Amino acid sequence: MSDKIKFTIDGVEIEATPGQTIMQAADEAGVYIPRLCAHKDLLPFGSCRVCTVMVNDRPQAACTQPASQGMYVESETEELRQIRTNLVEMLFVEGNHYCPFCEKSGNCELQALGYRLGMLAPKYPYMFNKHDVDASHPDIYIDHNRCILCARCVRSSKELDGKNVFQFVGRGIHKKIAFNSDTNLAATNVSVTDKAIENCPVGAILTKGVGYAVPIGKRMYDSQPIGSDIEARKATEK
Amino acid sequence: MAENFEKAIREICEQNANDHTRMMDIVREVQQRFGQVSSEAMDVIADAVNSHRVEVESVVSFYSFLSEKQKGKFVIRLCNDVIDKMQGVDKVAQAFQEELGINFGESTADGKFTLEWTPCIGMCDQAPAALVNDKMITRLSSDSAREIVKTLLENEDENRLTHMIGDGNNANPLVNSMVNNNIREEGPVIFAELEAGKAIHKALAMSAVEVIRDVKTARLRGRGGAGFPTGMKWEFTRGADGDEKVVICNADEGEPGTFKDRVVLTEKPDLMFEGMTIAGYAIGAQTGVVYLRGEYAYLRSYLENILAERRNANLLGNNILGKEGFNFDIRIQMGAGAYICGEETALISSCEGLRGDPKNRPPFPAQKGYLTLPTSVNNVETFCCVAQIVDKGAGWFAEMGSKGSSGTKLLSISGDCIRPGVYELPFGIVISDMLEKAGAVDAYAVQIGGPSGQLIGKADFNRTICYDDVATGGAVMIFNKDRNPLEIAHEFMEFFCEESCGYCTPCRAGNELIKERLEVIMRGEGTPEDLTYLEQLGNTVAVSSRCGLGQTSPNPVLTSLKNFRGEYEKLVKENKDGMQRTFDIHKALATGEELQGRKSVIYAD
Repeated sequence: MSDKIKFTIDGVEIEATPGQTIMQAADEAGVYIPRLCAHKDLLPFGSCRVCTVMVNDRPQAACTQPASQGMYVESETEELRQIRTNLVEMLFVEGNHYCPFCEKSGNCELQALGYRLGMLAPKYPYMFNKHDVDASHPDIYIDHNRCILCARCVRSSKELDGKNVFQFVGRGIHKKIAFNSDTNLAATNVSVTDKAIENCPVGAILTKGVGYAVPIGKRMYDSQPIGSDIEARKATEK
Repeated sequence: MAENFEKAIREICEQNANDHTRMMDIVREVQQRFGQVSSEAMDVIADAVNSHRVEVESVVSFYSFLSEKQKGKFVIRLCNDVIDKMQGVDKVAQAFQEELGINFGESTADGKFTLEWTPCIGMCDQAPAALVNDKMITRLSSDSAREIVKTLLENEDENRLTHMIGDGNNANPLVNSMVNNNIREEGPVIFAELEAGKAIHKALAMSAVEVIRDVKTARLRGRGGAGFPTGMKWEFTRGADGDEKVVICNADEGEPGTFKDRVVLTEKPDLMFEGMTIAGYAIGAQTGVVYLRGEYAYLRSYLENILAERRNANLLGNNILGKEGFNFDIRIQMGAGAYICGEETALISSCEGLRGDPKNRPPFPAQKGYLTLPTSVNNVETFCCVAQIVDKGAGWFAEMGSKGSSGTKLLSISGDCIRPGVYELPFGIVISDMLEKAGAVDAYAVQIGGPSGQLIGKADFNRTICYDDVATGGAVMIFNKDRNPLEIAHEFMEFFCEESCGYCTPCRAGNELIKERLEVIMRGEGTPEDLTYLEQLGNTVAVSSRCGLGQTSPNPVLTSLKNFRGEYEKLVKENKDGMQRTFDIHKALATGEELQGRKSVIYAD
């Protein structure tokens, strides 16, 4: 295997196969780089920017930047931790996130990342932007208030479900998820078993009838911070 | 009726070969014919081009000139950039509102008029300006605004609005525009004469590699602002895998305060096309695309005509000038009102019929660009330089300008000066000399490079315009002592918020937050800590944004904070009592008081 690429993240040597992104190689090596829009089954997208790392002193998104021989990557620096926290806080104030009574609480990647980064109340003022909800579908509930515009639903529907249910409309702060119909979600060919539904990292796309199914204490991020599964790979290697 | 509607839409799709990558042309045409791209139209288009309705909606909702809602027969788009405001656009706006009886963003009940604001339309040297459909109207006053409405009511034809005709080719019957060139200084590159075909002839006598070598020897760098070495870009594109390659000319100048490409397109289109054709030869491309900003639609038929003439002269087409196997042609792709499309990968997305979202890099356009083909995107002015380099020699070009920046630069100068207009000046010119040429006698602040550039003060006037010192894509806006740097920065932040594509978090949400805090300070409610807050927030947006727009969007605030800190410090006050200065108890109580129908006794005043 002489075609392996070697580079370092925070001084730790990482091996990558050609074509892998920094994040993919880091994941395999058990080095967790925080992320929200990235998902292991989806093509890299690079919209949340939470995985911003310094590559040879230049900022790059770890999820889209290919690994290359000898690159010098910094991830857990004070500056980058601050930038990540700032980005997560921006998402919290841009949307309307009601963690205490959100069905996704404890299983939400945004909330979990907030905890991992040590975020308390956001330092930015809430925007209180007005968003719609769509409860038209018998099995699925969409709350744009909790959407972080990561496009996981857009990409999952295209890449995994072979459909085209979701897409963005508008631009800037008015950008939002729309459905492939002139009325509502119920008029699309979406199904509750679609990967697009499962892969939402937050409480924006929810399955009806299963709210609060897991008791507090047993939820995904109750006992271990987000990213622990990836970091566990390193532990088992040793 | 409905059947006819569907038939018309299908015809438009068919004229574009039912090709979803020509979505921009399709939806533009539908918008023009019907004044909207309605929900029904989206369904028909999606069906005709084998796409999805939501994909069509995604495109329509992205561009300012496209709309799902019905627009009036005459859409009046009044430019609200900072220079227009300085020239009294507010009075013009008021006159339009009074004459039409509507507010901005509204249409008249009879469906005749829609009134809208639009960011910079490239007329800062003849502001205030507006677009009436595709017609450019300059030097507006409240009187001329009233006259416009009257004329349109009487004649129902926007072509009747042009009384005075501009100089140069603005008077060409195919342009027929009241726009003026205001060329103040002609330099030896862009404004030098060059017979059509002469440079192509010389290029074809060389090998493609030799042409690229000459462009490299001339040390030509991109004129759009980023300054990437042109020869290197071409070399990468030429060397990329694939037989089919593409040359794109970025004629989407949208940076507020920039209008130099408009003048080149009007007076020197042959030079630009000549450069593009040479690029085609050097790179090994067959296809050329000019991405023309929607605001410059009034130049389209004029440019199409020149392309036709060049085809007749065998300067485009097959076996150009007898060179066996050199086939190259150029088409014009219209934009539809989105500043972000000046970013090269967003421009490519738009050419492909998509939202103008920038793409992830790598792959770079030179590897995988337009429709995944290796693509070189260069600026209007860059192509003009290329043609002159090939004709007059790399050495001739490299001798001009400064050490790291060879040649000349076109500058669009506007604002508080006696001679606003276009200047071709050698790189390395000292800013104070430039200001003197423009007749800026009392310059207090100068925005160089447009909103994404920097706002500098007197202390920096001895610096030079070049890539290594104060770089610019061409915009220079001059402000005197009566102007407030915070207000200028605020105008620019509004612009970036409006024009952000919304793809990435920092640009979408971060710019809104910068604007919010700037407003707090401008209201006199800021504290000294707010200045640090703005610097840290601006840094996060600049470092983590995905493309050049977000990476530079905090610059208005960051550079004015650096160069005009005193103006900020005048407004912020120490927070001595520990209370939030933005909190107003009376405002907070207002709703409650209204509901209860009585005033608070404790907070009576």
